[in-house]
Amino acid sequence: MTGVVPNKSTGAGRPRASSPISGHPGAIVARQFSFWYGAKQALHEIDFAIQPRSITALIGPSGCGKSTFLRSINRLNELIPGVRREGGIELDGADVYDSSVDVVALRQRVGMVFQRWNPFPKSIYANVAYGPRINGVRDRHELDLIVETSLRRAALWEEVRDRLRESATSLSGGQQQRLCIARALANEPEVLLLDEPASALDPISTQRVEELLYELKQQLTVVIVTHNLQQAARISDNTAFFFLGRLVEAGPTDQIFTNPHEERTDAYVTGRFG
Amino acid sequence: MTEFAARDAARAGVAASAPTPARPSRSWTEIGSEIGDRVYSWSIVGFASLVPILLLTIFVAVGVAAWPALRTFGFSFVTSSDWDPVAQHFGAAPAIYGTLVSSILALIIATPLALGVAVFLSEFAPPWLRQPVAFTVDLLAAVPSVIYGVWGMYVLVPVLRTHVMPFLRDTLHLGVLPLFSGVAYGPSMFAAGLILAIMCLPYISAVTREVLAAVPRSQREAALALGATRWEVIRDAVIPYARSGIIGGIMLGLGRALGETMAVTMLIGNRHEIAASLFAPGYTMASLIANEFSEATGDLHLSALMAVGFVLLLVTFLVNAAARWLVWQTARER
Repeated sequence: MTGVVPNKSTGAGRPRASSPISGHPGAIVARQFSFWYGAKQALHEIDFAIQPRSITALIGPSGCGKSTFLRSINRLNELIPGVRREGGIELDGADVYDSSVDVVALRQRVGMVFQRWNPFPKSIYANVAYGPRINGVRDRHELDLIVETSLRRAALWEEVRDRLRESATSLSGGQQQRLCIARALANEPEVLLLDEPASALDPISTQRVEELLYELKQQLTVVIVTHNLQQAARISDNTAFFFLGRLVEAGPTDQIFTNPHEERTDAYVTGRFG
Repeated sequence: MTEFAARDAARAGVAASAPTPARPSRSWTEIGSEIGDRVYSWSIVGFASLVPILLLTIFVAVGVAAWPALRTFGFSFVTSSDWDPVAQHFGAAPAIYGTLVSSILALIIATPLALGVAVFLSEFAPPWLRQPVAFTVDLLAAVPSVIYGVWGMYVLVPVLRTHVMPFLRDTLHLGVLPLFSGVAYGPSMFAAGLILAIMCLPYISAVTREVLAAVPRSQREAALALGATRWEVIRDAVIPYARSGIIGGIMLGLGRALGETMAVTMLIGNRHEIAASLFAPGYTMASLIANEFSEATGDLHLSALMAVGFVLLLVTFLVNAAARWLVWQTARER
């Protein structure tokens, strides 16, 4: 791990990914997106563009729709009975909710990491190789290569290279979470969604995951839900503040944290509520 | 109160309060609650040991009653096929063989069916269909075994003899295998295995349904988020996670099959012979005991039946131990 420790709070002059939305793969645009769980509306007409090859943090109090929005991008929410949505979310200019979209293919392009690490009760190797395998990669050498590359990208290779056949659950919590990231990366996604990936990790493991995300944004779009405002300030390029199912404000992280336009954003990031 | 008693009491009081003079001696409530604690702890220990003691006494009682036969015939009791009450010679090999084969046959038929039912109910069935079907499957366990026996005798066996057995043997040409060859008797190992399959199906499927429902959502989502299809989620995330529980359910079904008496007695044909073909009649340990107990002539005959019971106990005990070990092994692999 080369270990660039991002220090966002003082890094105001750091260059930011500001390329046009359509340029790189991995651009996400929500258009008038609303979402309901039964009668309860969880998201209200979200209009939001996420820059490719950058880290976007979704912040806000619990139950304000951050995770719902995240899980709408890879359509993981639609498996819950009784849900409904309006509007759309575009990935690389194509609506992911279009009837022609193959959900399985979509989820291979959009990887996801959850709050609680959830490796399969299989070997470390089998966990990372799972995505490629169900996509039809059968060749032994190719799989070996994917597993190694993915584990290296997740900064886990050095720790597990001698124990790839051991059960994934024998790893520590922080290692399991990085294994889950490696597993998501094995599919070569354009987008990586993370739902509070570090909330159950100790500070050292959290730092490792943050460093890792910082590396990963060179190649893909990272969207992270976090309750940890320092974390959002440290690692993200852009921040979006959700409140009661609405997107209150989105913009460059520096601006959101130092000079927000909205009073509610200011109150939240300075800790006056939330 | 006598003088001595009073003095003893005073001395005891001094002795008790001596180490902690500041505190008065313990109140009656404290002493009472301490006694209560003891009574409680001894009584739950008693209740808990009651079950192993009961099991042990059953083993001992059956073992003692079986001893004359086991001593007379030795190891040949489990290897000999000769069961002749008139000649006072007893060998239980056909019954042991029949118990094992009919139970294994039942599991081979019931397991895929039960897993299919459970997976369908917990993963695919529309909500309005789940409850009625689950209830119906569970109801199979509530049917008295004599009903299964009667139904088997008058419905299942004729169909087997006239349609299923000839179909398997001739149409599918399975007759080349010894297992499916020979005369298609109605009452047979095959019929017994089939009825046992129906009887253990609800157990396996109920347990499997529960363990599938207990698989955490995070496991399903992990597979889904990697682009798994619905079937791949079940195959790769749900079933492996639930594996040890499913094995437990299968073993529960096996336990049921090994000990089942009534329905098997009515359908297996009760013939003392190890036949290669599943279409031929056989015997099981449970049905042997049930059939001959009331008319056992002579002490050795009775003892031989007890010995059969002892072997049956041992077999079920070993199967359960093996099941425990298997569940433990697969659970540990996580």
